[in-house]
Amino acid sequence: MTVAYGERTVLDRFTLDVDPGSWTAVIGPNGAGKTTLLRALAGTVDHRGRILIGGDAADDLSGRERARRMAVVPQHPVVPPGLRVFDYVLLGRSPHQGLRFSASDDDRQRTADVLERLHLTPFAHRAVDSLSGGERQRAVVARSLAQDARILALDEPTSFLDLGHQFEVLELLDTLREEHRLTVVSTLHDLSIVGQFADRIAVVDHGRLVAHGTPAEVLVPELIADHWNVDARTKVHADGSVTVAVQRRRPG
Amino acid sequence: MRRRTLHPTERPSGRGQGTTLGAPWLVGGCVAVVAAGLVGVAVGPVSIPLGQVVRELLDHLPLVDVDSTLSATEKAIVWDIRAPRVALGLLVGALLAGSGAAYQGVFRNPLADPYLLGIAAGAGLGATIAIVTESRDAIGFVDPVPFAAFAGALLAVTAAGTLSVRRGSVGSPATLILAGVAVANFFTAIQTFVQQQNSETLQQVFSWILGRLATAGWGEVRLILPYATVCIVGLLLSVGTLDVLAVGDEEATTLGLRPKAARRAILVLASLGAAAAVAVSGLIGFVGLVVPHAVRLTAGTSHRRVLPLSFLFGAAFLVLADVVARTIQSPAELPIGVVTAFVGAPFFLVILRRQLTS
Repeated sequence: MTVAYGERTVLDRFTLDVDPGSWTAVIGPNGAGKTTLLRALAGTVDHRGRILIGGDAADDLSGRERARRMAVVPQHPVVPPGLRVFDYVLLGRSPHQGLRFSASDDDRQRTADVLERLHLTPFAHRAVDSLSGGERQRAVVARSLAQDARILALDEPTSFLDLGHQFEVLELLDTLREEHRLTVVSTLHDLSIVGQFADRIAVVDHGRLVAHGTPAEVLVPELIADHWNVDARTKVHADGSVTVAVQRRRPG
Repeated sequence: MRRRTLHPTERPSGRGQGTTLGAPWLVGGCVAVVAAGLVGVAVGPVSIPLGQVVRELLDHLPLVDVDSTLSATEKAIVWDIRAPRVALGLLVGALLAGSGAAYQGVFRNPLADPYLLGIAAGAGLGATIAIVTESRDAIGFVDPVPFAAFAGALLAVTAAGTLSVRRGSVGSPATLILAGVAVANFFTAIQTFVQQQNSETLQQVFSWILGRLATAGWGEVRLILPYATVCIVGLLLSVGTLDVLAVGDEEATTLGLRPKAARRAILVLASLGAAAAVAVSGLIGFVGLVVPHAVRLTAGTSHRRVLPLSFLFGAAFLVLADVVARTIQSPAELPIGVVTAFVGAPFFLVILRRQLTS
């Protein structure tokens, strides 16, 4: 797959396989092409090459069918002013709805279930834009879950959240992935966190895939030094997760 | 690693699911429409007691037989003068408010309104051309005024939309309104020119521009009923789509919508309604702005609520405005546009202030 904005090639002959049920994290320095990769997956940016979703070429699917298979959480979701959490999460049902005046009982029930699952029921009648950052992010995740898609693509789901809320959201996604057997593809910028959640990591730099593998294979000090220009110590745990401690690079 | 409990789990309250329309609001809207309709029929130079109006109307329902004790003259006033006017007011009010709500949704712009977008001016130009060319006689049985108004409305909304949209992204609220003002002025200039060229129809065009609900029997109601039906039914079926459009084109795409096509379809529906309203009642401003905003402020911003309630309260609002217009200087009539502007313009400024501060 190749994506270019005008003259500028952002993703260059990029190939990535994602296993069903896995959590693949796409990491890389700023401007590497992470968000563009997500947008190409989401079908919101033109690309050359092929994207296969469960064996079908994504471009051959209708927009609705694609949305039924893959839910997308953008980095900066647009929150319509004053829209209540219930109605916002109900938007996730739209790929399953035809033109009709009122949402079906099934759609409302599923929306209510998702709200309950994400502990958002007490907020159902609150406006999304009145929620705190962590609650709002949960509402956005809830909308994507209401889509009932097997694939969840998230662009920096934890940006603008403090450390506690970052873990909260990522834990939640991990639990949901296990419960609903979802395939998660997400970009993540925080190296210290990514090795604890992802089971596959793809490293992107300058629009190319430079490494792909398990956290233990990918998150090694040399690679981090090469692409982020920082020194890091890594620790591989018994369960295969990796913690990364980044150090200030001292002169001399 | 510690599993966080996000929040104390609360049982769903059962009524937590009823967030889409809100039955109390719907009932309130229907009550407002009925009440405004009754007041509209009862009030006028010849005052008819409400109780008798109710009985007279009930008497016309199938299988209901009550004697209203109205004289033949009073019955004629009710059925030939006031009822058609009230019916027209209900339809025009619903169309103006509903199309305003739809424009605001499509452009994601709270200040969009058939009047401010230049749509009313476009429809006005179309209707004026149809009036002065007397094409009614040329075509015969079909009145061409609504068609001409529709064409003008579509032209205007396309012009305003195109001028303010760049590379598929909707411009700022100010850009759209400025484009609308420019389009409106341009179309009004052409309209004035056409009108001056044809002084024999000046009176007819002028009374039309000021906006009025004066009717001769049920003709106007019959004329716009088909357009109103298509517009109202079509927009009510689009409420879910309007909500999806509210999150922007990129996210709407990932939710399975084709935003451009959806926007175009809704614009056509809304313009059809606005043009039909303008064709029979002239330029009545601010209804499309005031009513949807009042609804949003009180009942919430999902289009599943905003649209149906805008139709209902728009209908009630315009009939009541008409009652004021024809009683305040009785027996003379104030143009209804004066009444709606008197309420609407200050309201518009309030919204503008809120926009500026947020």
